[in-house]
Amino acid sequence: MTKTITLAHGNGGAENQALIHDIFWKHLGNEILDRGEDAALLPTLKNPAMTTDSFTVSPLFFPGGDIGKLSICGTCNDLAMMGAAPKYLTLSVIIEEGFEARKLERIVRSMKKELATNDALIVSGDTKVVPKGTVDGLFVNTTGIGEVRAPGIGVHNIQEGDAIVVSRDIGRHGATIFVSREGLEMQSALQSDCASLWPQVASLLDSGIRPHALRDATRGGLAAVLNEWAAANELCIEVEEGAIPVSEEVRGICEMLGFEPTALANEGTFVMALDPAEVPMALEILEGFPGCESAALIGTVTTSHPGRVVLESAWGTRRFLELPTGELLPRIC
Amino acid sequence: MKKLELKNLYDDFRDPATIKALSALIHEEAAKLDRDIRIMEVCGGHTHTIMKYGLKQLMPPNIRFIHGPGCPVCIMPKERIDHAYILAMQEDVILVTLGDMIKVPGSKGSLQDARSRGADVRFVYSPLDTIKIAQENPDKRIVFFAIGFETTTPMSAAMIARAEKLGLDNLLVHVNHVTVPEVMRELIDSRDEHIDSYNNRIDAFIGPSHVSVIAGAKIYKEFPEKYGRPVVVSGFEPVDVMEGVLMLVRQFTQDRCELEIQYRRSVTMEGNVAAQKQIERYFEKRPLFKWRGLGNIPDSALKLRDEYASIDAEAIYRDILPIEEIEDHKLCICGDILRGMAEPTECQVFGTACTPQKPLGSCMVSSEGACAAYYKYGDLLK
Ligand code: SF4
Ligand code: SF4
Repeated sequence: MTKTITLAHGNGGAENQALIHDIFWKHLGNEILDRGEDAALLPTLKNPAMTTDSFTVSPLFFPGGDIGKLSICGTCNDLAMMGAAPKYLTLSVIIEEGFEARKLERIVRSMKKELATNDALIVSGDTKVVPKGTVDGLFVNTTGIGEVRAPGIGVHNIQEGDAIVVSRDIGRHGATIFVSREGLEMQSALQSDCASLWPQVASLLDSGIRPHALRDATRGGLAAVLNEWAAANELCIEVEEGAIPVSEEVRGICEMLGFEPTALANEGTFVMALDPAEVPMALEILEGFPGCESAALIGTVTTSHPGRVVLESAWGTRRFLELPTGELLPRIC
Repeated sequence: MKKLELKNLYDDFRDPATIKALSALIHEEAAKLDRDIRIMEVCGGHTHTIMKYGLKQLMPPNIRFIHGPGCPVCIMPKERIDHAYILAMQEDVILVTLGDMIKVPGSKGSLQDARSRGADVRFVYSPLDTIKIAQENPDKRIVFFAIGFETTTPMSAAMIARAEKLGLDNLLVHVNHVTVPEVMRELIDSRDEHIDSYNNRIDAFIGPSHVSVIAGAKIYKEFPEKYGRPVVVSGFEPVDVMEGVLMLVRQFTQDRCELEIQYRRSVTMEGNVAAQKQIERYFEKRPLFKWRGLGNIPDSALKLRDEYASIDAEAIYRDILPIEEIEDHKLCICGDILRGMAEPTECQVFGTACTPQKPLGSCMVSSEGACAAYYKYGDLLK
């Protein structure tokens, strides 16, 4: 019989707690966590940065990742986008009664792997089991503290003349989730871009590159990031549509369903505003990372339409790129 | 699906050099004209292409587009959306419809709102997917809210045929299929109640190709023959639309008035006769159907034949589905805009009381509507 997580009251409560404990401790244990105190005692950090995020995804396992990987990447990436090296994370998990222990272990193992990529530790954790039907399988919250390596990165540092670079082809996570959720039958190599971004950011910083702003293009995709940046600075971002890297798989799905790749979510893709003189080196560094072969310069910051993002087509026509709204719904015609 | 084919398909039809070359040809040809020509693209799919690829900006000043009513979602009157809403709110009903239909507000809210209030609303990619939902939920009543032009009608018909064959007894249909030629005729040949005239400024039509794949290009014959308006049936890629415009302009410079097919890839005069037969088996003309923004148009929609009353949600739920008409907003001038008589910016409530988030009229409902396009793309439009 497969073991499942049961409600932690009544018979088997202790047993069940032990099961959960074992799974988490076994894979995530470290010096700080193992002390088992009520709160983690941390070493002093220079320029600490902190962020938190909660994760729900359906399906929990998708091509290219799972909720475990996602919940570590998500928080670590938010730190990385401030130029901070991820250090310590807390992990809170809400599990639906009846969840398979084997699946939970698989998720925790992905967390472990992703933590190693970031050189970060889980220092405090909590689990709750709730009655069937009150959550969809598993909800995860992670909070992270990191150490800022390069100060001065932030939305408000974007300037006229800045170059806009995207770290890889866009839209993979959104397209992958849509396809697996809707059970669309498609044989394709499509995988989520779900990945940790700190290694890339660290290489850029190490080589002396000083981006003005970094942002991972999660929900709302590239379009949301660019619009937020333009609005926050009352500047215009002019983008060459043809320069935006989009894989054939994603383009195919967008064609079929009437989506815009720029509105699709990413989980391992970032946008960067930087001095144009630094672009060639930045691209060279990014291209060295697997998956980022298509990193590209896509646009420039100008003053022509303050607060808006303008897309220019290969045949010279221009239109505004809108902030995506609401649920993704396929076009009918 | 072989992705290679798909890629070749769209790359060829979005080739920048071809698009620029076509633009140059249109400029050259249009220079011979001594008047403005207003071309209506009837279908929302074309409007989308024109907006997305900025094709307006590639036109000479004397060639204008009028965005037509050709969006099955936008023209859905509130009373029909209310039907969907009411049906969705029934305890034992799962309401199924296609994609972006679920975001359009009726007078009680949209289907998305119904869902957040506990209704079971689902969208499918093809009506046939509804069969599976019906099989998996034998104790529920599945209502398929059927929408779309001649393109999607055959799929609804195929769904009914399939349900019949499988002996499914929990699948009902609420039919809102509309037909294209009637609304085109209405636009150029009927009295506009708002301005009390027959006026329109439509000189020519770009006809939707996907409708014609099914119904055959023949459905547009009357426009050049009876009404003196040339029609070019055209595909949806930028190159298709540009070529369609060029063909129309040439008709004017060469003093012709014809029905032509740009989209030879799959359009014929006769269309898909088998699909037409299946449609006829289940559906018949509705004497009157109200289009949001245009009012009641005779014979412009389909309904289930009386023999199929047992699966007709409109008949079965007659007692709870209101039939009172909900007037279009008094200030809305969509009717004029659709006839090329007014620009969206001339509407008093444009961008103030009427926005894409809270549309008062059909032209603001989706980005394919003229008002929404003006609102969104604003000063970049020529
Ligand atoms: S909103 Fe656009 S995609 Fe949807 S039915 Fe209308 S024209 Fe088609
Ligand atoms: S702005 Fe709104 S109310 Fe005015 S014509 Fe357009 S849709 Fe109608």
